[in-house]
Amino acid sequence: MSDTPNVVTGDFEAPTTEPPSQPETADSAAAEARREIHDMWVAGTEEPAWMRSYTNEGAQEMLEAESDPALEIHRGTTVTDDFIVEEPADDDELQILNMGPQHPSTHGVLRLHLELDGETIRRVKPIIGYLHTGMEKTAETLTYMQGSTNVTRMDYLSPFHMELAFSLAVESLLGAEIPERGQAIRVLLTELNRVSSHLVWAATQGTDLGAVSMMIYGFRDREYILQFFEKVTGLRMNHNFIRPGGVAADLPDGWEEDVDEIIEKVSRGVSEYEELFNGNPIFRDRTIGVGVITPEECKALGVSGPIARASGIKWDLRKAFPYSGIDKYEFEVPTGKHGDVWDRYLVRIEEVKQSLGIVRQVLETMPAGDYRTLDRKVTPPPRKRIDESMEALIHHFKLFTSGFKVPAGETYQAVESPRGELGMYIVSDGRERPWRMHARTPSFNHVQALPTMMTDSLVADIVATIASCDPVLGDVDR
Amino acid sequence: MAHRSGPSGFLLTTYESAINWTRTRSMWAATFGLACCAIEMMATGAAHNDLARFGMEVFRASPRQADLMVVAGRVSQKMAPVLRQVYDQMSEPKWVISMGACASSGGMFNNYALVQGVDEVVPVDVYVPGCPPGPQSLLHGILTLQDKVMSGEITR
Repeated sequence: MSDTPNVVTGDFEAPTTEPPSQPETADSAAAEARREIHDMWVAGTEEPAWMRSYTNEGAQEMLEAESDPALEIHRGTTVTDDFIVEEPADDDELQILNMGPQHPSTHGVLRLHLELDGETIRRVKPIIGYLHTGMEKTAETLTYMQGSTNVTRMDYLSPFHMELAFSLAVESLLGAEIPERGQAIRVLLTELNRVSSHLVWAATQGTDLGAVSMMIYGFRDREYILQFFEKVTGLRMNHNFIRPGGVAADLPDGWEEDVDEIIEKVSRGVSEYEELFNGNPIFRDRTIGVGVITPEECKALGVSGPIARASGIKWDLRKAFPYSGIDKYEFEVPTGKHGDVWDRYLVRIEEVKQSLGIVRQVLETMPAGDYRTLDRKVTPPPRKRIDESMEALIHHFKLFTSGFKVPAGETYQAVESPRGELGMYIVSDGRERPWRMHARTPSFNHVQALPTMMTDSLVADIVATIASCDPVLGDVDR
Repeated sequence: MAHRSGPSGFLLTTYESAINWTRTRSMWAATFGLACCAIEMMATGAAHNDLARFGMEVFRASPRQADLMVVAGRVSQKMAPVLRQVYDQMSEPKWVISMGACASSGGMFNNYALVQGVDEVVPVDVYVPGCPPGPQSLLHGILTLQDKVMSGEITR
C-alpha cells in the first residue's frame, strides 16, 4: 500500500505508466453517446478504449489523457521534471520574476531570478551574498582559542557541527588526543543538534506547503532540546562549547533525565508529524515527483547529505570517515530512490529517529573521565589552581589573550552536518592565528543545485523545493 | 479613568491614549529575518512563548501591512539598501526593533562586510541585546516598545 512507505529505503508504490484499468462498459448507451460527442468535438482523434468509461462533460476532458502533464503529476505517473512537452517560448516572451531577498519562503535572504513561461519555470538563477559576513576573513584575526566563537555563527541551525569541524581541524594540526568522555559529549550534542535542525526543517517545510500547525509542532519539540543546550552551555544557540582540545565544561548534574525526557518527547512528536504528513493527499501531491535530482547530478554539483541520500547515494561521513568515535554507535543510513521532495522528507524523518537512537546509546554508554585533553598547551589550568598558583594564573592569562601556537601545515576535516558535508580547511603558518580558513559548507552547493531541480517545473513547486533543500543562508554566504 | 454610570456605562479617556492603546494591541511585524536572530524570532512566535498574547502573531510578508520591523540579524552591505526599501514601503506609523548585537552595533564582526549597526540605515526605537537574544529578551523589547508608544504622541 502506498500510504505506508518503507521509510528506510524511501520506497513507495512503483509509478505505473499504464492507464488505470477500468470495467468494460463501452457497449452501454451512455458511452456510445459520449463517443459521438467526442467525435464531434475532437475530430480526427481516436479515443482510447480505456477512456470510454470516463464520463465528464466538457470537450477538454475528452482530449487524450497522456498529453496532460498536470494529470500525470496528479496520478503520480511522472517522477521526473521533464514532463513539459511544449516548445519553449522565445526569450522575449519569458516573464522575469524576482523572488527575495525579503521573502518569507526563501529561508532567509536568498534571492531567485526566475524566467517564467506562463506557469513554467524556464531558468532559475540564485543570487547570494545578502548575508555575507566576512567570517573567513575575520577568522584570520582571531586566535584558535577564539575561532569557534566565530564559526558557530555560520550555520546557526547546527552550531555544534560548525564548532566540531573547526575543532577537529585544529586538533589534527596539533595532534591532540581527546579523552573518550569528551568525544562522547561531542557526539551527544551534535546528534541532538541534528534532531533540532531537522525539526526546524520539518516546521518550515510544513509551513511553506500550507500546514502552519507544523510550525508550532516543530518549534515546540525543538524548544525541549534548546532548553537542554542552554542548561549545558549557557546559550540557546551559538554555544562556543566544543573547542579545540575538548569541550568547555562537563555535563551538568541530572543530564541523563533531561536527555531521556527529550528522547521520549521528540519521538512522540515525530510520530505525530508522520501521522500528519504520510497520508495527507495535499502534502503527497505537492511533494511526490517534485524537485527531482538524479544521483549523477548530485555528484556533479557536489550535493551531499539528505538530498544526495534521497536520490539513492548511500553516503554519510559518519560511516565513511568516522569522527569523534561515532563509529562505536550503531545506526542506519537511510536512503531514498527517486530524489524528490517526498523522499527527502522520508530520509530526514528517519535520520531524526536514527539520531535519537545514537543519543540513547551515548546515554547508556557515557564513559567517565576527562572532558578535555590534559595537554597544558591547549587546555587552561583548572579554576582551583588559579587561586593557588601564580604560574597557573599567568598561564591562564596568556592562553586567553594570546592563544596557543599551532604547527605549520594545512588540513581539511569534514563532519556530517544536518545539511551534508561540512568541511573546514585551515592553513597554519605556525602562529596562533590561522593564515587562511575556508569553510566548505553544504548549503552553498545545495543552492547551486536549485536550478537543476526547478528548471521546467511549475511556479508552485518553488517553495516546496527550496524548503526541501533546507538551505541556511548563513551557511551559504558566511 | 473609567467611570460607570447607569446600566450602559461609559468610559472617559483622552483621544491620544485611546489611539495609542489600539496601536500597541495589534502591532503587526514585517518578516525581516536575516540570520540567527530570525530563528529566535520564530521561536518567540511559536508555542512556548506565544507572541499572540500581545496581538503580534501575524507576521506580514508585505511591508505595506506592517507596523513594526524587527531587524533580526546581521545586515550586510548588500542587504542595507533592501532593508531601507522595505522600511520606506511600510506605512506610517512605523517602528523598528533592532534585535541582537549584530543589528545594533555590528556585534563581533567588525569588518568590511557588515553595516556597523542598523541605525546607520533606519531609525531604531528599541535595541534588544544578546547574541542571539532569547525569546524572553525579545518579548521584553516588545513590551518596552509598547510602553514607548503608549507614552508618546500620536503624530510624529
